[in-house]
Amino acid sequence: MSKSLPPFQAFLDGHRVEVFRFLASMVGPDEADDCFQETFIAALAAYPRLRPGSNARAWILTIARHKAIDAVRARERRAVPDEGAATTAVAGTAAPAEDPELWQAVGALPPKQRAALYLRYVADMPHRDVAQVLECSEDAARRSAHEGITKLREVWA
Amino acid sequence: MTRDIEGALKATGGSAEGAARAASAFARRAVDEGLVDVTYARTDSPVGRLLLATTPRGLVRVAYLNQAHSEETVLERLSARVSPRILEAPAHLDPVRRQLQEYFEGSRRSFALELDWMLMGPFSRRVLERTSAIPYGERATYAEVAADAGSPRASRAAGNALGANPIPIVCPCHRVVATGGGLGGYTGGLDRKLALLAIEERVATS
Repeated sequence: MSKSLPPFQAFLDGHRVEVFRFLASMVGPDEADDCFQETFIAALAAYPRLRPGSNARAWILTIARHKAIDAVRARERRAVPDEGAATTAVAGTAAPAEDPELWQAVGALPPKQRAALYLRYVADMPHRDVAQVLECSEDAARRSAHEGITKLREVWA
Repeated sequence: MTRDIEGALKATGGSAEGAARAASAFARRAVDEGLVDVTYARTDSPVGRLLLATTPRGLVRVAYLNQAHSEETVLERLSARVSPRILEAPAHLDPVRRQLQEYFEGSRRSFALELDWMLMGPFSRRVLERTSAIPYGERATYAEVAADAGSPRASRAAGNALGANPIPIVCPCHRVVATGGGLGGYTGGLDRKLALLAIEERVATS
């Protein structure tokens, strides 16, 4: 095993699709672009301090989750008060062509459940890694993913 | 029967093309904002495919790419020895690529590029700085370069320094040959040394 970090370009190439898709599920495809840049700019600055052999995938997705939360908060601040209730989730962002209904249902979930759902069922991460990204206990991560998928089944199945 | 919710979820969301576009935009921004320690590009040349890498101080690496020296190996070494903040940025290397192209076409006899010597120790640096002073189209011997670098008996060490030249072509270690007319060695193999010397000889005598 190499003790040094891979070049950042290799790190970017290895994680860009997953990070972009995760962000699209968190903030919608339109805002995913900005969040993606913010995520990797922050990662580039901190990269030399990443310990070789640590979970780089969970690390970059944790940064991405923080940037997604920032973006949602900024959007809420921009929103006019009487529209506030409608903009808490990804409602209002363009739905991807594949399945707009499912997208809307995902968008209606609270951010933590949405993140847990994506990480567990799309990224196929073990609960332990989901917990690391969500910065919560493994039990809480398991619960969030379960509640998320249960709600989706109610509205979508 | 319930629909395949996991499969549908996997098909939803950002595309790989979107990710590629976002990654390019990120790389441009990171370079513009000065957050990258090493940028690199590849270029084709008459002596094969080259990898070029630069730091804010200047050109730090020109590598001949081949099986023994893959792009991956070269970049991994740069990551370990310079910085892991490495991004591909072809536009950033345009001046280097342009000057190399002019050199290979015969319209350029010396390079006007800042160099970053950080991959060299003090002795190697002295040897390579002396080597940079050998005029276009001419040759010097290992012994002469060693003497110039202040260690007349260190021609073998000078040879090692030249063999490990991180910036070949631009720092013209191909102009250093063995005493008595032999070609000596070359970091990219003797065929390349001969090709570079042939270009210079043709241009210098035309």
